[in-house]
Amino acid sequence: MRILLVEDDAQAAAYLVTGLTESGHTVVHADNGRDGLACASAEPFDVLVVDRMLPERDGLSLIGALRAAGNGTPALILSALGSVDDRVKGLRAGGDDYLTKPYAFAELLARIEVLGRRGTAPAVATRLEVGELEMDLLTRTVRRAGRPIDLLPREYRLLEYLMRHAGSAVTRTMLLENVWDYHFDPQTNVIDVHIARLRQKIDRDFPTAVIHTVRGVGYCLRA
Amino acid sequence: MLDARLFRTTTFRVALVYLTLFLVSVATILVVVYGMTATLLQNQADETIAVELDGLREHYAERGLQGLGQVIQERAAAPRTRSVYLLADGRGAILAGNLAAWPRAAKALDDWVSFDVANPEAETAVQSARAAAVALPDGARLLVGRDMGERDRFLDRVIDALVWALGLTLGLGVAGAVVISRNFMHRIEAINRTTRQIMTGELHRRIPAEGGDDELTRLAGNLNGMLDQIERLMTGMRHVSDGIAHDLRTPLTRLRARLELALIGSEDLESARAAMQDALAEADRLLGTFQALLSIAEAEAGYRHAAFAPVALAEIARSAIDLYEPLAEEKGIVISAALRPEIRIEGHEQLLAQAAVNLIDNAVKYTPAGGRIAVEVGLSEAGEPELGVCDSGPGIPGAERARVLERFVRLEGSRSTPGNGLGLSLVDAVARLHRARLVMDDNDPGLRIALRFPSLRA
Repeated sequence: MRILLVEDDAQAAAYLVTGLTESGHTVVHADNGRDGLACASAEPFDVLVVDRMLPERDGLSLIGALRAAGNGTPALILSALGSVDDRVKGLRAGGDDYLTKPYAFAELLARIEVLGRRGTAPAVATRLEVGELEMDLLTRTVRRAGRPIDLLPREYRLLEYLMRHAGSAVTRTMLLENVWDYHFDPQTNVIDVHIARLRQKIDRDFPTAVIHTVRGVGYCLRA
Repeated sequence: MLDARLFRTTTFRVALVYLTLFLVSVATILVVVYGMTATLLQNQADETIAVELDGLREHYAERGLQGLGQVIQERAAAPRTRSVYLLADGRGAILAGNLAAWPRAAKALDDWVSFDVANPEAETAVQSARAAAVALPDGARLLVGRDMGERDRFLDRVIDALVWALGLTLGLGVAGAVVISRNFMHRIEAINRTTRQIMTGELHRRIPAEGGDDELTRLAGNLNGMLDQIERLMTGMRHVSDGIAHDLRTPLTRLRARLELALIGSEDLESARAAMQDALAEADRLLGTFQALLSIAEAEAGYRHAAFAPVALAEIARSAIDLYEPLAEEKGIVISAALRPEIRIEGHEQLLAQAAVNLIDNAVKYTPAGGRIAVEVGLSEAGEPELGVCDSGPGIPGAERARVLERFVRLEGSRSTPGNGLGLSLVDAVARLHRARLVMDDNDPGLRIALRFPSLRA
């Protein structure tokens, strides 16, 4: 993926460039808002990673200007402002995801990859299919190898999110944000128990597992 | 002693303005009363004179000048009469009456005149009289009048009374203004004094709340509430620094030691990796604590009222139960829910959700295997919306209930469970942001902890 990183802190930028490059991405780095906007307007990127507070032009106005010009490249905002209200402001300005500093690199990478793939998935789907696992979004039914699987509403939403991002690693925080709409971390790690339940229903009676644990990151649904 | 500042107070000035207005209205009323009384008395006298004059004219018509003279002589001789009579012939010679001479003021005929007469009772030298003079057909002149001394004395009394009344009003008004302003100034001064003391660092001072339920008492109450809040924030800050010292320094030291050890003895890659992983986990825990502290600070800052929206408590509770149900089931704990869906409050959805999650998290953490947790959304006895969580765990002793809300406080026996001692602090901060109370009761066994929100009607 081609990633544009707009970040003014040289040390953080160097760390991100190294990490993302090692993960197989191409990274272009701009260290202020004006250059960042020029870069993003001039070349196509798969994902923009934009710090919120930047010299010359702040991150939110950069994204706002791009959106106004019709550029819809997915953008992830990095910010030290972590309250729910700050996040809402960031997403309203046109950001697609919001990550509060300090963050784990694995979390950032997972989010970038999910954002980068978003462009390729059909916007409106009535069916999701991953290998022999099928989900009918209209009747809200799930089958694996043709056999119906009975899911509770929350399990269904969890599986739906995993299937929509099949092949990408998703973190526990992403699941909390997207399935529960919780923008905070509960003290106890409850997501693992939910995944264990889901595995019981999806994977137990079948020879191969589709829900995989990605160490240090989270989970990945893969046929 | 009167304080010079007293006369500069707003109350005193307002009182003076009112006093002036009051004096003007009192004076107006009194002048009107005086005028009306005087007119009434004069009209009465005039009427009496007119009637008498008519009677005398009849005598004249019947018995001529001679007869009239006799009648007048009789009437004038009556003891203590208040009437004045004078009959003169065409040349001005006096024929009968009780006046020594024709009054100079009564030159014109057919008109009312006022003049002074000698006082028959000699109390005062002269007194005023009022009379009507007419010409009789044969050229004689008749004057009939009444002495007005009584009226004048009455009106003098009225004027005296009016002056006294005005004087008394003025006196009482000024005295009242002084008393009211002084009282007001003393109470304001008490507030100022306390404020100055607080500014010099005596943060525990409070404004004495005297008097019933007037605006100053309410002001004092609100200021005291504000001071409580400031003191709580200050104490909170102190606790945070203490907490950071204890709870962040310890893991930071541990983290540092681990990294140092890994650096010294990193002969084999495997143990170095393990040390790094431990360090990372430690760092994550630290970040979690840090994040929790920030959330509490944000809830306490109170600026989030802007993000308030109608929230259904049942949905908040349902979501949190959903999240914890599998974990509870693994521990053999049953979570039951009694949620009234119609109960809504104005609130911050994410913070309320976090509070609900923290309450249920605690309940799951401290309830032993096989226990029960009940989550309720309903109305308290007083009709306040309430979100309650009951568990069958060890409970919190009554004396410890206030302490567990403080940051980083963990009760004996709970130190072995994971947690940073900030969960209930956050719930408490969220409660205060919503003007709600955090109520803890015995659940026998266990704890019933509830967020009790202010009633919507209030």
